[in-house]
Amino acid sequence: MTPPPGSLLAAEELRKAYGPTVALDGAEFSIHPGEVVAVMGPSGSGKSTLLHCLAGIVPPDSGSITYNGHELAGMSDAQRSALRRSEFGFVFQFGQLVPELTCVENVALPLRLNGTSRKEAEKAALTWMERLEVDGLRKKRPGEVSGGQGQRVAVARALVTNPRVLFADEPTGALDSLNGERVMELLTDAARSTNAAVVLVTHEARVAAYSDREIVVRDGKSRDMERVV
Amino acid sequence: MSIGHTLLGLLESGPRHGYDLKRAFDEKFGHDRPLHYGQVYSTMSRLLKNGLVEVDGIEPGGGPERKRYAITDAGITDVQRWLATPEKPEPYLQSTLYTKVVLALLTRRNAADILDTQRAEHLRMMRILTDRKRKGDLADQLICDHALFHLEADLRWLELTAARLDKLAEVVAK
Ligand SMILES: Nc1ncnc2c1ncn2[C@@H]1O[C@H](COP(=O)(O)OP(=O)(O)OP(=O)(O)O)[C@@H](O)[C@H]1O
Ligand SMILES: [Mg+2]
Repeated sequence: MTPPPGSLLAAEELRKAYGPTVALDGAEFSIHPGEVVAVMGPSGSGKSTLLHCLAGIVPPDSGSITYNGHELAGMSDAQRSALRRSEFGFVFQFGQLVPELTCVENVALPLRLNGTSRKEAEKAALTWMERLEVDGLRKKRPGEVSGGQGQRVAVARALVTNPRVLFADEPTGALDSLNGERVMELLTDAARSTNAAVVLVTHEARVAAYSDREIVVRDGKSRDMERVV
Repeated sequence: MSIGHTLLGLLESGPRHGYDLKRAFDEKFGHDRPLHYGQVYSTMSRLLKNGLVEVDGIEPGGGPERKRYAITDAGITDVQRWLATPEKPEPYLQSTLYTKVVLALLTRRNAADILDTQRAEHLRMMRILTDRKRKGDLADQLICDHALFHLEADLRWLELTAARLDKLAEVVAK
């Protein structure tokens, strides 16, 4: 199978085992720019492994992953980490902010790592913090903000580099419904306005309902729910 | 939903004409399904017969929409009782789906596909509601949220059943 035309990121026949544990067993995936795809499925079915493979964090045992037409496996480690830094953004369930830095410094961090000046980085960071309604927390440290606020700060940080693909693994997992939905609204609005693709791993259907399309992973195999009739 | 109780409740703030009642109902509760005039009049004549409302005046010109209705004390008590009584939790969808799944297993059809098809349909509906919620006002949000939580519960049941299909197949085969 070849990736669907126009897809930004696509994977075919992915296999990955951790020792005797098969995490991915022929999984497939594809996403277009500006598209939000929910990845659902039971615990332990391989969702996070799929996300880590797609993001070039974990190499699959076999199968192909192409980003913008380029095979991830054909890149050097340095090229892959440059790709992650400049083209991808990440939001996880918790514990992603650097506790010693203020919120605005946290959001500015990816730009600082890319060599942007402090002033410019913090200016861009504040713009994103405003969009996520957390600009009032700029001087606070992560330990001084609530879970929902921290998660919005993390979303701002993931978007500050204008990534082409945003990877989110249970971004609302630790939040109540109201906060979780607000984070999803802001996250999907922000992603749509920049035409970023969003790979959204979640086990909550109400969160998945913010997506355009859903795939379900079971026993390391993926099923595109649009093709179920 | 009990249209009778809803119309009664709308009368508690003061007497209204039939057309006014319909308009108030549609505005507040008729998001998907506005009332037919016929429904209003059949409901009002039932409430009248049961002594829950009384005719408070009639405008010249005739026709039922000209009647002005007022709630009676019995009507207020009735609204109060309705509001205080919890609704019966209706597991109707589950029982239909359960029947389909068991029937599929019995007839050696693909029960997992039935569950996945339903799941896709549920999520499609949830997307529509989520979209409406995002664009709507607070009333839309509350109404959509209620539907969304229910659909989510269904979906969790679909997931759990999918994970237990092998076991269910064993039980059904006995
Ligand atoms: N680093 C690892 N070392 C060993 N086994 C792993 C590792 N990562 C994942 N696994 C195993 O691979 C399988 C898939 O794990 P994965 O984390 O992808 O599941 P998941 O679908 O994200 O689950 P959850 O919903 O619980 O987060 C599991 O059986 C897991 O135990
Ligand atoms: Mg996971």
